[in-house]
Amino acid sequence: MSLESFLYMGGYAVYVWPAYGVTALVLAINVILPILQRKQLLRQISLREKREKR
Amino acid sequence: MSVIPAPISRFFHRSASSPHFYALADRFIPWLTAIFLLLLAAGLYGGLYLAPTDYQQGDSYRIIYIHVPAAWMSLFIYVLMAIMGAIALVWHMKMAEVMLIASAPIGAGFTFIALVTGSLWGKPMWGTWWVWDARLTSELILLFLYLGVISLYGAIEDKRAAARAVSILALVGVVNIPIIHYSVQWWNTLHQGPTVSKMDKPSIHVTMLVPLLLMALAFKFYYLVAALQAAKLELLKREASSQWVKTLLEKQA
Repeated sequence: MSLESFLYMGGYAVYVWPAYGVTALVLAINVILPILQRKQLLRQISLREKREKR
Repeated sequence: MSVIPAPISRFFHRSASSPHFYALADRFIPWLTAIFLLLLAAGLYGGLYLAPTDYQQGDSYRIIYIHVPAAWMSLFIYVLMAIMGAIALVWHMKMAEVMLIASAPIGAGFTFIALVTGSLWGKPMWGTWWVWDARLTSELILLFLYLGVISLYGAIEDKRAAARAVSILALVGVVNIPIIHYSVQWWNTLHQGPTVSKMDKPSIHVTMLVPLLLMALAFKFYYLVAALQAAKLELLKREASSQWVKTLLEKQA
């Protein structure tokens, strides 16, 4: 099977690939967002700590 | 003397305390992520490449490999949230509250995925993106229940009180779960009946079934990873000024 015919999905490419795309996007957001927010929160907490020590 | 063996009861007591839970999550996340990625790769390879084209639906049926596992997860996570809500209400267990609220966006995500992929599958097969039938409508209500849990928790300032409120909402909303599950049998609907759970004779070929089960398992491990990440954030938010967070920051510095 060629890559082209694989991507073509028997004519259903416009339905199959957006379905997989949306899934990948939502799953990625739900893991990456808490990681980024946690890093930001940790930075805020450590800044506050330093201010309090002064 | 306790009926539960000492190492197990020690494990539960420790994981009930925030710093131990945090450290435990850190230890497990890389392994859970690795298992998720392996299952995902195997499931996608089997589903998109190895599995044959369906004789009725052509290649459009390949949406099943995300649609069905996502729909299963949307129900599974809600039931877990109701159980954690019950635990939080009865025993006031902090980690149950944290895991409940950490699970809500992930469940909402899977519900959204089930609805969107179903729509993208419905258009070529039924000729419509959406119908107000029992299965689709009850799944949409599930999305609103998840969003309700998220916004109710965000709206109440005192997080212990907020957790009690969402625990009750999660428990009350669980009546929707059997309605979603049996909707295709109770009402006439465009949505097809169960394919896999007819255990005596699943109406799906094994080369199509195995990737489906792999994807379902992959999504379970994804849930664990995402929920632990969200739980770590929630713990830090709640206990930002506590001693263990200071120690954690000193260790990282």
